[in-house]
Amino acid sequence: MLYIKTVGAIFFRFTYGLTLYDGIYFCLRVHRSAGGSSVALLPFWRQCWQSAAEMIHSLFLINPTGDVFLEKHWKSVISRSVCDYFFEAREKAVTPENVAPVLQTPHHYLISIYRGKLFFLSVVQTEVSPLFVIEFLHRVADTFQDYFGECSETIINDNMVVVYELLEEMLDNGFPLATESSVLKELIKPPNILRSVVNTLTGGSNVGSSLPTSHLSTIPWRRNGVKYTHNEAYFDVIEEIDAIVDKSGMTVFAEIQGVVEACVRLSGMPDLTLSFVNPRLLDDVSFHPCVRFKRWESERVLSFIPPDGNFTLMTYHVSSQNLVSIPVYVKQNISFFDSGSSGRMDITVGPKQTMGKTVEGLSVTIHMPKSVLTVDLTATQGNYTYDLTAKVLVWDIGKLNPQKLPTLQGSLSIQAGVPKPVENPSLNIDLKIEQLAISGIKVSRLDLFGEKYKTFKGVKYVTKAGNFQVRT
Amino acid sequence: MSASSAFNDEKGGSSSVGEPEYGHDPASGGIFSSDYKRHDDLKEMLDSNKDALKLEAMKRIVAMIARGKNASDLFPAVVKNVACKNIEVKKLVYVYLVRYAEEQQDLALLSISTFQRGLKDPNQLIRASALRVLSSIRVTIIVPIMMLAIKEAASDMSPYVRKTAAHAIPKLYSLDPEQKDQLIEVIEKLLADKTTLVAGSVVMAFEEVCPERIDLIHKNYRKLCNLLIDVEEWGQVVIINMLTRYARTQFLNPNINESLLEEGGGGDKTFYCSDEDEDEDEEKEKQAEVSALAKRKPYVMDPDHRLLLRNTKPLLQSRNAAVVMAVAQLYFHLAPKAEVGVIAKALVRLLRSHSEVQFVVLQNVATMTIKRRGMFEPYLKSFYIRSTDPTQIKILKLEVLTNLANETNISTILREFQTYIKSMDKDFVAATIQAIGRCATNIGEVRDTCLNGLVQLLSNRDELVVAESVVVIKKLLQMQPEKHSDIIKHMAKLTDNIQVPMARASILWLIGEYCEHVPKIAPDVLRKMAKSFTNEEDIVKLQIINLAAKLYLTNSKQTKLLTQYVLNLAKYDQNYDIRDRARFIRQLIVPTEKSGALSKYAKKLFLALKPAPVLESPFKDRDHFQLGSLSHLLNAKAGGYQELPDWPESAPDPSVRNVEVPEWTKCSSREKRKEKKVEKPFYSDSEGESGPTESADSEPDTGSGSESVSVSVESGSPSDSEESEESSESDEDEEEEEKEKKKKKKEIKQMQASESEQSSEDDRKRDRKIKEQKSNSESESDEDSESESSQSESSDTESEVEVKKKKKVSEPKPPSKPLKKEKKEMSLLDLDDFEPTPSPQVTPVNTFLSNSLVTDLEGLSLSDSVLSPATIAPSSALKNYELLHRITGEGLSVEYCFSRQAFSPDANMVAVQMHFTNNATSDTKNLHIEDVKLQSGMRVKEFAEIELLPAGEATTAVMGVDFCDSTQAANFQLCTHTRKFFVSIQPPVGELMRPVFLTENEFKKEQSQLMGMNEISENLTLDAKCRNEHAIVQRVTTAANLSRVPCGSDKECSPAAPPPPPPHPHPVYRFAGKTVTSGSLVLATVATKDEGAAQLTVNCEKMVIGTMLVKDLLLALTQ
Repeated sequence: MLYIKTVGAIFFRFTYGLTLYDGIYFCLRVHRSAGGSSVALLPFWRQCWQSAAEMIHSLFLINPTGDVFLEKHWKSVISRSVCDYFFEAREKAVTPENVAPVLQTPHHYLISIYRGKLFFLSVVQTEVSPLFVIEFLHRVADTFQDYFGECSETIINDNMVVVYELLEEMLDNGFPLATESSVLKELIKPPNILRSVVNTLTGGSNVGSSLPTSHLSTIPWRRNGVKYTHNEAYFDVIEEIDAIVDKSGMTVFAEIQGVVEACVRLSGMPDLTLSFVNPRLLDDVSFHPCVRFKRWESERVLSFIPPDGNFTLMTYHVSSQNLVSIPVYVKQNISFFDSGSSGRMDITVGPKQTMGKTVEGLSVTIHMPKSVLTVDLTATQGNYTYDLTAKVLVWDIGKLNPQKLPTLQGSLSIQAGVPKPVENPSLNIDLKIEQLAISGIKVSRLDLFGEKYKTFKGVKYVTKAGNFQVRT
Repeated sequence: MSASSAFNDEKGGSSSVGEPEYGHDPASGGIFSSDYKRHDDLKEMLDSNKDALKLEAMKRIVAMIARGKNASDLFPAVVKNVACKNIEVKKLVYVYLVRYAEEQQDLALLSISTFQRGLKDPNQLIRASALRVLSSIRVTIIVPIMMLAIKEAASDMSPYVRKTAAHAIPKLYSLDPEQKDQLIEVIEKLLADKTTLVAGSVVMAFEEVCPERIDLIHKNYRKLCNLLIDVEEWGQVVIINMLTRYARTQFLNPNINESLLEEGGGGDKTFYCSDEDEDEDEEKEKQAEVSALAKRKPYVMDPDHRLLLRNTKPLLQSRNAAVVMAVAQLYFHLAPKAEVGVIAKALVRLLRSHSEVQFVVLQNVATMTIKRRGMFEPYLKSFYIRSTDPTQIKILKLEVLTNLANETNISTILREFQTYIKSMDKDFVAATIQAIGRCATNIGEVRDTCLNGLVQLLSNRDELVVAESVVVIKKLLQMQPEKHSDIIKHMAKLTDNIQVPMARASILWLIGEYCEHVPKIAPDVLRKMAKSFTNEEDIVKLQIINLAAKLYLTNSKQTKLLTQYVLNLAKYDQNYDIRDRARFIRQLIVPTEKSGALSKYAKKLFLALKPAPVLESPFKDRDHFQLGSLSHLLNAKAGGYQELPDWPESAPDPSVRNVEVPEWTKCSSREKRKEKKVEKPFYSDSEGESGPTESADSEPDTGSGSESVSVSVESGSPSDSEESEESSESDEDEEEEEKEKKKKKKEIKQMQASESEQSSEDDRKRDRKIKEQKSNSESESDEDSESESSQSESSDTESEVEVKKKKKVSEPKPPSKPLKKEKKEMSLLDLDDFEPTPSPQVTPVNTFLSNSLVTDLEGLSLSDSVLSPATIAPSSALKNYELLHRITGEGLSVEYCFSRQAFSPDANMVAVQMHFTNNATSDTKNLHIEDVKLQSGMRVKEFAEIELLPAGEATTAVMGVDFCDSTQAANFQLCTHTRKFFVSIQPPVGELMRPVFLTENEFKKEQSQLMGMNEISENLTLDAKCRNEHAIVQRVTTAANLSRVPCGSDKECSPAAPPPPPPHPHPVYRFAGKTVTSGSLVLATVATKDEGAAQLTVNCEKMVIGTMLVKDLLLALTQ
């Protein structure tokens, strides 16, 4: 008690201090009232609970070797030792992807994402929507990507101050403040070589000297006063086929995920309307916030004032399995023999429904069972590589020639004394078809309102393999 | 000392390793400096008067902070720079200050005055930033300063500053919870804010400071619902979660009439008579009672409940997974069963996202599939597992697939499971086997198939697979042991091979339990086990003892010695549990003198019939946590979790959400025109009047969603008790409510037009109504049976004068309009319904024609379109544009101007007056228009052909163009008898509107509803010649076809109504109009300030029009 009194005296000029007594933190509150002073002791946990009322408390960036290389606190500092719980979980998991995104520790909750070989680990103390945090962390990673071109430890270390400033602006007291890249870019200029040279010469800065007006704008995603000499708007319709094909070549499941990526460089405040020939095809859509839901609901057109530069305008989904055409077929035979610790593999890829277009960028990735030591194969087209440690076989085929189908065959050698693998590895197919949207979706027109200049418009279609898996 | 110092020590220790990255920096000169002097160079740099050096130092300091190194000893040096002119240095100083202020409270106080100055800065962004940093400094002594700053900022005229104030509230609250009451006052004030910018942040503050004060939400509920779509995405999440809780306290369970009987997986449930089932039965009984009650009083959804569901639905299309999840949980917890299905598609879409998102979404889907299986059944295949999925995702997908399994799809699912069993991921295989077991228990038809499949797995080479199968088979066999003695035998053989303790234990238990089915094998197994007893794991040992005891009881002849042996071994085991067990069992089964009483019952004790375990989903009953929450994910209550309240038994008073209408609205409505009549059966209409102006008013209302909702309400509960309750309320209240309703409708109009499911129902109801109305209009006297019509009748009599006037107006109208005065508003509904394409925006205009002259004029006018704008619009200064030059036109020159007259043949067209002059020497004949090329939607009404235009003469003609509210040019050919000229008419945006007469109050009210995305403001400096009232008005009205809103007083009625008024002596000019085609309101405000500065604000639902108009007006006012 004596100790407390002393401390009370020391802290008398403040209204309160924090003191350690018998291993428990107490809040010392000194009320100076007319009748003298009274001292109230509050257990520290109460204080904790009260100060915990916010969303994201702290963020730690962790590199692949398990070191924290950046920490940011939006409130009182939380010791980085809190990450130990995470490291423990990381140890247990086979791969980094297998770490549970939400972990519970005695006093905190750790919510993490894994992006570009880095973990973004956030600490929260109270109830929060986990998706809210996850989505935000991904937004942070996206912003880094947007600013620096990639999101890696080196690049973050090189731009530590910009990163820190970004984090400062993106969250206020743990609640997202500015997440639109247009606003952020007004606040903090992204680094580029030219500017850094100029800055060193002139002593300029990369913090925006003007105040961010988009903050105040009713359309925060677009800066004011955009000007281009050439006004252009390009749209890429990219479709990915997600499919599972079974052993016999039957399609177990197939759907198309599409995305419309836009690159709009238009001056002023253009108002665009993008319409499709066959919007009914789209089964499910999600939009960039700039798109007016109302117009889509009523007229099935995308009406929007675009952000400046690159952005994802919409994503969509085309389901109904029968409509999805699978561009290639795979004939495969993988077998492991009981004796002689070896196996055979024979894969042929051929075109199926390509709509008269050429299949390019074809490659087959196989995650081999752990017991497969080496492979001895010959490919009639393209090259193959086998990663001995990760046990991943990649066969890079390139362009698919319908006249001469590429095959890959040969033998696999298996570790001696180990039982033969039970399961055959499944094949992941990657491919690309230019100038084709496999769902048949077509942009009919793009109209520009609100501005009077001429615009170059372009639409490109690409079909890719998304999660395309052939079971064997 | 304090915790922070302890922390510093720790930090200091960790950072004492040194910072080589700075040591190498030549500028630092710190290579040789010892540890305690390490930061001297930085201090020097900070003290220098070169910004570049300061900046460099600050950058290094911030990098240190980022790496978690201690830089607190630099505090005095850094804080001095808080007032630095260089903005980048300043920002970095802020970063430092916020990080270390808590530890260095004294010194931090030095910086406060800088921020206090900043709070008074004329620039809103500086004010906001000062408040942000000030509130982030966790120094208790400044709590009063912060409180003051927050209070002031909360009534700042800039919404951005108000937003920052909202952000500061939780900061202050966590610093000093005793400020709660004062903070709640601020929250209450900010909740009333009408801008989207503030909404999200203030609700967040509300959630953190006073989530229990649900009463603060009432008055803002509808506004929040309507603003929702324009709020930024993070705010949307917070608002939706809060509204979910709100709705649970305020509305009735929409599923109250539905019995819960159809849920669950088939009839198997009754097979196991567990206590839980009884509970469930009780619950069902209760439900039945409730539903019986409900049948007496049919459930009617509160229009506000519907409003919430409708306004959140489009957000399912958001790109932000958190928003989608928030809407999904809202629908899951609040929507009628039939409507919950809409969320499935959106949730399935999220499965394409990052794996962390998938993880959370799948957890929630797993919970949903237990309650509402049907919802996800169509998407079964989306949950198929790929070999590349992370294990945790695989297991969750498996969970969902298992929950979705039913008689029809089980074969597909089992086939899919067969693939999974072969996976290389053993954890996943184990989970699959368990999933098969669950399918087998839930779906009786496939139990044998599953069992056979699992038995086959017993010969799998992987021990884990076998072990898991054994465990699952054990559970399955418990259901019908007698049929499967061969399987038990098979498993007995496995004891030689299986080493996994759990599996061995399971087999032993099984053999012991069903030793009667395998009388020969059981003793042999015991013999083998006795041999290996000492080497077994503990759980296996316990089961060996268990087996021995059971065999002793059933087959003591063969196993007596074995049992003795095993018990003796156990007696000296190292584990005390095993020793205890052995002692206990010996006493129980071997009859001695002491234990005589109990051993009689030994057989009953050991071989009692045991109920089969129910294989349940771990996600069962997780939905008592709000979905999408952290607590739900962890299945444990997280700190600060707000329970989702149960539905109330009876609905609280819905009128609490009605917003009081400011005094002025009432006055104008009382005096000038009678209250707008709205179909509003909830409240008795004894006071409702109808007048000439209303006739047009109610047109849009029928088109709006809320109208249809209320229609359905009324038709659903003709004798609702609430009705009578409401009718006893005072007249004034009623009027307010009516006002409110009206307002809400207008808001709704701006929201999504599509009403989805509900709309079809509403349509049906409306159709019925139309029929009623038709019959009403045909026969004069048979509508008394309908309560609403009688209401309206009584109300109509009150305002007979108007009605008569109205009659005059309605007479020349199309026959669909009934002539009876009693059913005025009915007929209007009628009209609306007959209108082929009622444009929802056209009508609000009439609401504002409060000028009595205007009303009269309208009464005289024979057209039911809006009053001719010519009477209001300034006719002067029409700008002429050239259509055809005299040289290109070979003597024919054509000019056009926008006459701003109503184009009588079609009200949606802009009148273009063309002036033809024939300068040629010969006559021009057959002047007409051909080959009109237009953007889609645009229309042109050509002028009548001019047959002859003699040389030297001039003539005019008027054509109408419907520009569809766009500035796209209308291209066409102007033809004479000899030539064709390509010409085009492009309207300035100002001509796409026509004036509307509004009073100032009406203007403000409308403006307050056109905030957010619909508002554009610009600051400008007025042209030197344009600083008096006349000039400004003239320039604006010339640039755009708007009419001046007469200014009453410049005092603002509602303080919060943006845009904020300038200081008193500076007048504000307001102009109003509506677009010609869609009738969207266009409101322009020019607020003058000192020395020619002014702020121009345009509110228009059509953002493009708004933006362009701002440009044009800016040009007009500055040149």
